[in-house]
Amino acid sequence: MYVAVKGGDRAIENSQKLLDEERRGDPRVPELSLDQIREQMSLAVDRVMTEGSLYDPELAALAIKQARGDLVEAIFLLRAYRTTLPRFGVGEPIDTAKMAVRRRISATYKDLPGGQLLGASFDYTHRLLDFALAAGDERPVAEIAPEGVESGMQHVADILDHEGLIEREDPDDENQPVFDLTRESPRYPADRAARLQNLARGDEGWLLALGYSTQRGYGNNHPFAGEIRVGEVAVEFAPEELGFPIEIGEITVTECEMVNQFKGSAQVPPQFTRGYGLTFGHCERKAMGMALVDRALRARDFGEATEAPAQDEEFVMAHSDNVEASGFVQHLKLPHYVDFQAELVTVRALRRKAEAARAIADAAE
Amino acid sequence: MTTVIPHPNASVATSAAPAGLAGYNFAYLDEQTKRMIRRALLKAVAIPGYQVPFGSREMPLPYGWGTGGIQVTAAVIGPDDVLKVIDQGADDTTNAVSIRRFFAKTAGVATTDRTVDATVIQTRHRIPEVPLTENQILVYQVPIPEPLRQLEPREAETRKMHALEEYGVMHVSLYEDIAKFGRITRSYNYPVRVNGRYVMAPSPIPKFDNPKMDRMPALQLFGAGREKRIYAVPPYTDVKSLDFEDHPFEIETWEEDCSLCGAQDSYLDEVIVDDKGTKMYVCSDSDYCRERREAGHQGDGGPK
Repeated sequence: MYVAVKGGDRAIENSQKLLDEERRGDPRVPELSLDQIREQMSLAVDRVMTEGSLYDPELAALAIKQARGDLVEAIFLLRAYRTTLPRFGVGEPIDTAKMAVRRRISATYKDLPGGQLLGASFDYTHRLLDFALAAGDERPVAEIAPEGVESGMQHVADILDHEGLIEREDPDDENQPVFDLTRESPRYPADRAARLQNLARGDEGWLLALGYSTQRGYGNNHPFAGEIRVGEVAVEFAPEELGFPIEIGEITVTECEMVNQFKGSAQVPPQFTRGYGLTFGHCERKAMGMALVDRALRARDFGEATEAPAQDEEFVMAHSDNVEASGFVQHLKLPHYVDFQAELVTVRALRRKAEAARAIADAAE
Repeated sequence: MTTVIPHPNASVATSAAPAGLAGYNFAYLDEQTKRMIRRALLKAVAIPGYQVPFGSREMPLPYGWGTGGIQVTAAVIGPDDVLKVIDQGADDTTNAVSIRRFFAKTAGVATTDRTVDATVIQTRHRIPEVPLTENQILVYQVPIPEPLRQLEPREAETRKMHALEEYGVMHVSLYEDIAKFGRITRSYNYPVRVNGRYVMAPSPIPKFDNPKMDRMPALQLFGAGREKRIYAVPPYTDVKSLDFEDHPFEIETWEEDCSLCGAQDSYLDEVIVDDKGTKMYVCSDSDYCRERREAGHQGDGGPK
């Protein structure tokens, strides 16, 4: 006789033990340390911190280890931890013009104040698998330049700004509250602050594909990589009891400013416009995709047609979060047999009706 | 070199869990967050069927797996509550087990399988067969809170439609079913009108359960975590399934009875028992079925 299936409790317990064992892999192979992940998988750590919205390389490394290298799962782990943290307040805006630059390139000027600084980049490597690396134990050392890099490099966009060729970007009124996507549900139409917050924690693949789609004609915004810079910036916080900001630490960020052509409208003369991308750590691909999508989403502000997916605010913002997307796509694994049963009942009834109709039609012939 | 990982910080709130999870507040969420959710719940109760936006938090369970229901439960549950969690009507489905364990771990509350013993029931896709009482709260997990979403994907538009009570598109959609198929083909998540005002998604419960929502003595709360919406049906509120005078709302019926308890009035799941597709039918509400069997009811045992 059939007995209703029981034992979900034990199944879950056993499944989790098995998961732990599989995560560890072959025990004869030394276990990964968090230091190894942080130091040698640093770009994975950076992505997890960025999309996990928490700057903590140590915890990001733990998340990557626990998630067996599944970065979206690691991002989820970090986010779930992040929500439990108390908030002390809001930091001062970081000043990327004062960045201690490690890499800074511009595609719009051959040379510019501060110079082009290639830094560490995959860009001009030939993608040949390095079998010497497979053997391990190499200790590459880069030479130290005789002179340091200039501190405080002006943004490329600001150079254009002197000439009035690019749209002005004035800071928002500091007394106005800023939308906080981690505390409020999104409202549409959204303002740019809300959009940038959304894109900053949005999935890299999503932004990459959407940005790419604008280049292929779905909402083209004629971009130039005005500037990409990577480096360290100070984080400042003004405790209430002090009344003035103090430096509480330093974070690495990647910033991308796209400069986009704009032919002008009845109200605005022809000028260049901006698309902005910012990430924790070194996430260049993400920052560039973000800048393209940011500009695409500003189409409405410039009176441009908004027909392409990347220009569709609700479409872009509502589907950018990979923790949300991953959860909802994968929830299809949960049992749906009650609804499926309801559908079975409906489909059978529809079929009975169709068969009866056919029988009547056959009889009439 | 050892790496020190900071322990999860407790929230700013001080009320500690007697038997909860070390480092976390009672029922996981901090008290400020619970307060925010309770404010949204109060608003939801005051405007039955209206979707209240709320600052949904990231939970340690995935979006789409009950994060809205979990946040609502966390906001209303107290140490003396008795929690029941069901998925597809059953207490032992994996996700129900997982959510029950979450609250047993983070809140240390008593849990039960028995519908009548529970003070808070969190559910996915079903309403228990036993009528609920004024002393109970039913918390639904909601994937898509917007009943108009399949007809209009834009939130900016659907909010306007609700504000203007512009529900023609929904009636047209139901009418199109009748015109094409001779009947309304929606079998679950069947739209309802609450208190004569808001059209509401009852969550993906089978339409079989819709009539139970009407004037239910228990408070019904709905949480959609990913979509960041909360809504509610206060006790004894009118909940009418949308229909037409000449095509009145109907629920599913089965020719079969439950093979285990013989029930003729419960929602049945179809179970395939061999590779030739032989079927038997059993109650989806596992507690209802067990109670009936314990009271001496018996089904035919299914295919021999």
